[in-house]
Amino acid sequence: MKRENQIQIAFRKLVKNKLATCCFILILIELIFILFAPLFTEYDPTTMDTSIRLSPGFWNSAKCIPGHWLGTDELGRDLWSRILYGGRISLSAGIIFGTFFGMLAGYYKKLDNIIMRIMDILFTFPGILLALLIVAMLGVNVVNATIAISIWSIPSFARMIRGRVLQIKEEEYITAIRSLGASDGWILTKHVLKNALPTIIVIATMRMANSILSIATLSYLGLGVPQPTPEWGGMISSAKQYMYDAPYLIIIPGIAIILTVICFNILGDKLRDILDPSLKD
Amino acid sequence: MKRYIVKRLGMIVILLLGLTFIVFSSLYFAPGDPAEIAAGVSATAEEVEQMRVYLGLDQPFFVQYGNYLAGLLHGDLGTSLITRQPILDELLVRLPNTLNLAVASMILACLVGIPLGIVAAIKKDTWIDNLLTTVSLFGISIPNFWLGSILIIVFCVQLKIFPTGGMSEPFWTAKGFMQVFLPSLSLGLQVAASFMRIGRSSMLDVLQSDYIRTARSKGLKERIVILIHALKNAMIPILTQMGTSFGGLLGGAMVTEQVFAINGIGSYLINAINQRNYYAVQSTVLVIAFMFVIVNLIVDLLYCVIDPRIRYD
Repeated sequence: MKRENQIQIAFRKLVKNKLATCCFILILIELIFILFAPLFTEYDPTTMDTSIRLSPGFWNSAKCIPGHWLGTDELGRDLWSRILYGGRISLSAGIIFGTFFGMLAGYYKKLDNIIMRIMDILFTFPGILLALLIVAMLGVNVVNATIAISIWSIPSFARMIRGRVLQIKEEEYITAIRSLGASDGWILTKHVLKNALPTIIVIATMRMANSILSIATLSYLGLGVPQPTPEWGGMISSAKQYMYDAPYLIIIPGIAIILTVICFNILGDKLRDILDPSLKD
Repeated sequence: MKRYIVKRLGMIVILLLGLTFIVFSSLYFAPGDPAEIAAGVSATAEEVEQMRVYLGLDQPFFVQYGNYLAGLLHGDLGTSLITRQPILDELLVRLPNTLNLAVASMILACLVGIPLGIVAAIKKDTWIDNLLTTVSLFGISIPNFWLGSILIIVFCVQLKIFPTGGMSEPFWTAKGFMQVFLPSLSLGLQVAASFMRIGRSSMLDVLQSDYIRTARSKGLKERIVILIHALKNAMIPILTQMGTSFGGLLGGAMVTEQVFAINGIGSYLINAINQRNYYAVQSTVLVIAFMFVIVNLIVDLLYCVIDPRIRYD
């Protein structure tokens, strides 16, 4: 009989849950739309056409311009294509650093104290403050905003991964492998990382929701993705002054954010229940 | 208890030192020159150099850091590079607005989140529970700047019930209440949702414990069992969440202040970042983080009041 690994088992369990499957499929569809955006829209997200500015979408069939089914923004750019292209940035915030620090802290006792104290200091930056400080330091652009969100994710990531690594480290098979003469690097990458993978996937999914919200927030504050690059938070920000005439410019990108974040939150919750219920506390 | 407080205060001093170091060095190594900003756009190279000496920026890193710490100990948060005013004064004018918003949001979150969390736990697996869980999921997923904008569109533009922005009075006055209601709703909803989730799960845990079964078997009314016996123990995780959430509220206030045009320390920070007003960024970040640390200390000490079994000695 073919042996299934943990991820395959988890996937099989996940598929049994209707809500989680629904969210998973929605995220997949969204990813396809966003990655292959040029196939789903004929318009460039940055091309302006002031002759059709602020024209409403399908809900106002009298004024809707054919082809622009979600309407156009204050500079006459197609909203649908901006939503599609804007998702690329909103979805690409990174999550690698936390795993790395968490693993080191959990595995090496000497490093543990130092790393966790630094994490404690980083934890004293409430909410989005740390990300703001990093943007203030590095300057405003897409890469820096992503770095800021990644560094901001490190403390909580590190803390949770550390807890899991501490557990795995005490398992008998790790002692057995070590007594056979395996090096720390080998044990960490081949065994600890592999066994901590479910935890990493759960936290990554849950942090994903948070990262999307954070990057949108940074852009809303004008400190994330600079104009004219489309990004959901930035789109809401630039639509602020048109909220009286064209509220759809705020409503539609907001729905895109909420839908994506909810899907990641539900998927994260369900994955946690399946892969690592201990994280519930 | 006293020993614990002294120990915690000692830890806080170390934590704050680390914090000042991170904040100071991150902006020290940032690209850009504070002397150039302070000297103004039209300044000559010589004037920039003079400004550099005047601001002490020609000194080595640790001397500058030492001077900065010495200033902090004397309550000197530095001088704004743009307005040339003491940053402490500028912050003190704006701090009441931010605290007004944060406290009003916290009260709203407690009033909405905790009772609904308890109801969801009591009505576990019924349609009420499912509905509340779904609502809380929406609550944590809605960006507060978006919610704020929608509230403005509906309640200020269409229905004209609330003012669109600004803040001049505390939330307990009639005018202050009208001003703070929408901002605190948009800021507090996410926190209310997190209270609901934590409250539900901690209440469920407590309701399964032996002493609750005993209380019920004694024939106590369900209301007394829940409000007198269960709630107190279920409050501990909620209290922890309150501490962390207060930080989130301070962070979120920056965004909400932008949406509702409130002159608080959040908007001050965003302006400072945009103007590359380094000293103002440094000091504002430090003040916000300091408030967060103090609130968490208070939360830790409150554990003992709620649960006398918790003794830190």
